[in-house]
Amino acid sequence: MLDIVKRRYLYFAISLTVIIPGLIALIIWGLPLAIDFSGGSLLFVRFQPGSRPTTQEVLDVYAGFGQSDALAQTSEEDGMIIRSKEIDQATKTQIVTEMEARFGSPISVERFDTVGPSVGVEVAQRAAGAVGLAALGIMIYITYAFRAVPHASRYGVAAIIAMLHDVAVVIGVEAILGHFLGWEVDALFLTALLTVIGFSVHDTIVVFDRIRETKNINRRMPFDTVVNQSINQTLARSINTQLTVMITLLALAIFGGVTIRHFVVTLLVGVFSGTYSSIFNAAPILVVWERKEWRTWFRRGARAAA
Amino acid sequence: MKTNYRTVALILVVLALSIYINLPNNSRFQTHLGLDLVGGVQALLEADIPEGQEIPSGTMSNVIQIIENRVNGLGVSEAVVQQAGSTRVLVEMPGQTNPEQALTTIGETGELEFVDFSGLSYDQAANLVDQTIVTDHNPVTTVFTDTTPTVFHTVMTGISLKNVGVRTDNNRYSVAFELDSAGAKTFSEFTSSHVGSILAIVLDKQVISVPRIDDAITTGQGVISGDFTVEEANKLSVQLRYGSLPIPLKVVTSQTVGPTLGQDSLNKSLNAGIIGLSVVILFMIGYYRLPGLVADLALLCYALITFALFRLIPVTLTLPGIAGFVLSLGVAVDANILIFERLKEELRGGKSLHSAIDLGWKRAWSSIRDSNFSTLITCGILYWFGSTFGASIVKGFSVTLALGVLVSMFTAIVVTRTFLHLILDRINFTAHHRWFGV
Repeated sequence: MLDIVKRRYLYFAISLTVIIPGLIALIIWGLPLAIDFSGGSLLFVRFQPGSRPTTQEVLDVYAGFGQSDALAQTSEEDGMIIRSKEIDQATKTQIVTEMEARFGSPISVERFDTVGPSVGVEVAQRAAGAVGLAALGIMIYITYAFRAVPHASRYGVAAIIAMLHDVAVVIGVEAILGHFLGWEVDALFLTALLTVIGFSVHDTIVVFDRIRETKNINRRMPFDTVVNQSINQTLARSINTQLTVMITLLALAIFGGVTIRHFVVTLLVGVFSGTYSSIFNAAPILVVWERKEWRTWFRRGARAAA
Repeated sequence: MKTNYRTVALILVVLALSIYINLPNNSRFQTHLGLDLVGGVQALLEADIPEGQEIPSGTMSNVIQIIENRVNGLGVSEAVVQQAGSTRVLVEMPGQTNPEQALTTIGETGELEFVDFSGLSYDQAANLVDQTIVTDHNPVTTVFTDTTPTVFHTVMTGISLKNVGVRTDNNRYSVAFELDSAGAKTFSEFTSSHVGSILAIVLDKQVISVPRIDDAITTGQGVISGDFTVEEANKLSVQLRYGSLPIPLKVVTSQTVGPTLGQDSLNKSLNAGIIGLSVVILFMIGYYRLPGLVADLALLCYALITFALFRLIPVTLTLPGIAGFVLSLGVAVDANILIFERLKEELRGGKSLHSAIDLGWKRAWSSIRDSNFSTLITCGILYWFGSTFGASIVKGFSVTLALGVLVSMFTAIVVTRTFLHLILDRINFTAHHRWFGV
């Protein structure tokens, strides 16, 4: 049997080595917001094979329509994605016609999205509300589901801490990847994040459920032994479930095309983090709480950092 | 064992129904694909009114009615027109290839015309109700028939209407209208020379009513009478009054997806789904042996039932929706894994196979229930979030994931357990313990 509970501070430290760089990246670089939240227009065009102009040439066309601060990036072999301030359908058609004339080859419009700035702000506010509401709903549900166990609310709080851990990991990784790969936070990222929240709690509950059961059967067993035994008993299930979910997600990431890759990778990171946090964070937190260990944290320098 | 066979029968009936619904050439049930998969236009329109001004109640439903008529007029099948929030309307037109024209048609103020049907008998005119006709006022250039259609003369447009109202007279309902001075003059001249002919009322080139001119109307005040019910009279008066949109609309967000991008995404994600499913099936057999095989059968049932539900309800499948479905495969497998891990434990503890199945299932159930419930809570919140913004992508994802979770609970509770009993009760566990990976 693995003694996971005994090494709990090591596992907390591992979590922090992922979360802290992510949060630093978040502070330095911020999260690049997609037009879903910031408002603006996105145009995805495909040129004839081999006839793609440079991004600068395309930006010059945009500048001719008063869009001097547009951003362009190449996509796949012959595609290009241009983000700009909000433009309407008519302007878009003019820009495409102008590009076709200037670069001398037909262009196909694969995607054109446009979002008014006021809607963007509203979406961002509602999104924050949705995350808060989900956390609250889940916390209430867990406290209710574990009402027969002493200190039921601890389980709810520990599950929420593990969930916040996963949110921090996902957002931190997004900040790093966003900086290097040019990924932006869009409505799909938000969907992925909310799904991760649901899954994180899903995993945590399976472990907690086992703790509840073991505790009821062995009333004299010390709490850290109960927790450790429960983690070990659910370990095979946790890993196997995670494997199957990750297999399907990996298949989507590799073969599913570029449109949803960002979404799927976000889910992958979140699902991995969700399983890790339910085994190595959520359950050990219960032990820390039971033994009120924070009273000794600041007496031992080594553990204070963890 | 009697109940056991009843459950088997239930499962078989559900499966047979699912297979029937999933048949590729089924004309009654078809997979609805979202516009990110087939290409098309999605737009969120917002009432363009000054801040703080109230929209009269019922106005939005009139707006939606009018937009629906126009979208149908464009010949888009499976279009969606929905209210999103109190001041917004979501329009989705899958397969629409000319977004600019489509959005202009939807947002423009509709046109009411009074059209001269004097060449027609009353029966001929009545046959044209609800039909689209061609008039000499702003004629539509694209006509999709081979024969040259009759061009009717427009006497007057709705601009001349000043007032419209419903009147009752001894329980007979009629619609009264009042014209401005220019309209009164035109109307007076026309009705004087055409008593007894039909003057059709046409909205956006669609005939909505064919009243006959009984008397010359020279005062600019007229009445359309007929055997109206109160609803019919109200409807006609609303159409006359609001022929144009009652409030101006502006496009706040729009999304256009080209057809090739959609097809490409569809093929790729289907491929990915099949690959993912196959690997999961192999993994389950490799790790859990015989029960793994049973789980794979349950998983296939799960996929069949869920997909049939998508067609039945119907759920419009979007790219994230497919991702939600694939993700829910993981949830379905999880329920089985939870049961098997428990089954193994009970077997190692020396229980007989039959009671190990029941115990394993019973003990795993609280985990399955509690964990899935939290996923359902998130789905509910995602759905709410998606509906207020017309973000049908988010909505589609939450619906498929929630459906998947619910069906996976059914397959875990009913299908896996029944299959396990059906197959394993006949096996001598001690002789074949390797089959269980114990």
